Amino acid sequence: MRILNLLKIAWRAIKLNKMRTFLTMLGIIIGVASVIAMLAVGEGSTQSIKTQISSMGSNMITIRPGAGMQGGVRTDPGEMQSLKLEDYESLRDQATLLTAISPQVSGSGQVISGANNWPSSIYGVTPEYLDIRVLELAEGSMFTSAEVKSAAKVAVIGQTIVENIFPDGESPIGKMIRFNKIPFKVIGVLEPKGENTFGQDQDDIILAPYTAVQKRILAIDYLQSIVASAVNEEQAPDAVEEVSAILRENHQITNPQEDDFNVFSMEELITALSSTSEILTVLLVAIAGISLLIGGIGIMNIMYVSVKERTREIGLRMAVGGKGADILIQFLIEAILISITGGILGVLLGISATLIIQNVFNWPTIVTLYSVIISFAVCAITGIFFGWYPARKAAALDPIVALRYE
Amino acid sequence: MSKTIIDIDTLKREFIMGTETVHALKGISYAIKEGEFVTIMGSSGSGKSTMLNILGCLDQPTSGSYKIDQVAVNALSRNELAQIRNEKIGFIFQSYNLLPRTSAIENAELPLLYNSKVSSEERRKRAIDALNLVGLGERLDHTPAQLSGGQQQRVAIARSLVNDPVVILADEATGNLDTRTSYEIMALFQDLNRKGKTIVFVTHEDDIARFSNRTIILKDGTIISDKINEDILDAAQELAALPKEN
Ligand SMILES: Nc1ncnc2c1ncn2[C@@H]1O[C@H](COP(=O)(O)OP(=O)(O)O)[C@@H](O)[C@H]1O
Ligand SMILES: [Mg+2]
Repeated sequence: MRILNLLKIAWRAIKLNKMRTFLTMLGIIIGVASVIAMLAVGEGSTQSIKTQISSMGSNMITIRPGAGMQGGVRTDPGEMQSLKLEDYESLRDQATLLTAISPQVSGSGQVISGANNWPSSIYGVTPEYLDIRVLELAEGSMFTSAEVKSAAKVAVIGQTIVENIFPDGESPIGKMIRFNKIPFKVIGVLEPKGENTFGQDQDDIILAPYTAVQKRILAIDYLQSIVASAVNEEQAPDAVEEVSAILRENHQITNPQEDDFNVFSMEELITALSSTSEILTVLLVAIAGISLLIGGIGIMNIMYVSVKERTREIGLRMAVGGKGADILIQFLIEAILISITGGILGVLLGISATLIIQNVFNWPTIVTLYSVIISFAVCAITGIFFGWYPARKAAALDPIVALRYE
Repeated sequence: MSKTIIDIDTLKREFIMGTETVHALKGISYAIKEGEFVTIMGSSGSGKSTMLNILGCLDQPTSGSYKIDQVAVNALSRNELAQIRNEKIGFIFQSYNLLPRTSAIENAELPLLYNSKVSSEERRKRAIDALNLVGLGERLDHTPAQLSGGQQQRVAIARSLVNDPVVILADEATGNLDTRTSYEIMALFQDLNRKGKTIVFVTHEDDIARFSNRTIILKDGTIISDKINEDILDAAQELAALPKEN
């Protein structure tokens, strides 16, 4: 009842100074709106990176040749031939933290069928590759281990290949394509995946047994890379260690500094990418926080002016029975009302700004509940914190002195 | 046998100004009974406001005792004093002290906002009743800027009545008003007094004092005269007798 009355009193005082109150709020409004919008942009990009990467297989582990020193000379990893079939086999047989593993050799070239042709890449893999890269078949089937063993010239193709090589809508299953003049029989079509985070078309892909690609297309006997799935995302770092240990034993390397291969997990990539965007978010929020602080100082300033201007009013309120606590609470409520109203307007403005960013600039954004709650809480605390001192000053006034104040 | 509303005994108030001590009240005693209309007279600096502030529980005496409505004020805390002001006292100031840009009704109901026993409907009703009583029933929503000085003082009187106090304390309530308006206000006070309100009215104008039924005269912080008025003037009649303006 008493608080309700004081709320009414504070509300009346605010109504009497609409313009000034609004200007005071502006600092808070801008502060909160920027916190909300910045967090929404930060969260949006972090989330979109995460989902895109997990759609590529978030527990995927990639092994490439690299960083080897040969007589003090660093060689180009692309030219290195340090990954052998034996490495793949020993990893497949020994590694306990991997659920699927596939060699990967790839070459680029022209795909031709009838009158249609298209520049693309062919990936030589094993059937497990589908699980590792989270790929699904839309049609047909994946080649078998037997077909890998026999280096069969069969292929599973992505949607982009279908669209460009078989534009008439007929099923490509059973049809022949030529990749760099080598004929392959199409036995399956992949579900479309769209572009990845880096803007690559993930459907512009041809999968074939790695044996066939090695022999017929690349004429090599080493592996360009090996991809595998860790049992789960959490154990990906351990799997990386296990893989490294096995390869070191194979390659007779004792000093990890001399590794002639690189093992990294998607997990690391996610962490690296999201930590960049998290640092950015922290910076953005710091800037927004500073504007909130300035908003708070604005409130304190206006509350001081207000207490001074209304000294006689305070004296009168005390003369008609207002207690020190009533005066304190009144001014505190005023400060909190200003900051909370500013907070509400700021949240609305922040959400509008987020929608604009999303629709005009096409950036992914997510307005999180916690950002709204946090900025709201900060607002209320700002109001209490910066309103407290002026309110205390008002409450401590002597009624007679206040009434005589000119 | 009416009860005693105000009872002061050898009341002193000293102000310490650097090395000097100002003896604003030098030990005054009197009692005011329910239904009295007392004017307190005296030249400027004689201690009238100092005394009224103490009666209004806005200030505390240096020594001596003060009882309002049988409550000894000396022992009370700041909060208890605020409650006494809220429930037992109606204060009227020379400069009205209304809240600017605030309607008459909101000004009048102000004391009740600090009394949580009064509901908001009750508060509004009592504010309207008080404004009706002072003749401002037609101007409930006017702000001070839209009212004349006399009307503003009427709002202030309504505010002092709204909590149904045991005594109304007025400090030079007609000091800012012209003679005609002053008489109108005095007629209102006489009216309130006839309805039973106890009034203590500080003024330094002789003609104003003649509307009351008792006059206490202060000089340099002591009472030099305390007399019952034998021939009380009727403010309404005096008002009618005033020469017409323009
Ligand atoms: N707060 C104060 N500090 C110092 N002296 C004061 C204070 N208030 C009043 N006085 C002194 O007390 C005396 C009485 O003042 P006051 O009661 O205001 O007189 P009046 O109202 O009769 O004109 C004056 O001499 C005045 O200067
Ligand atoms: Mg005075």
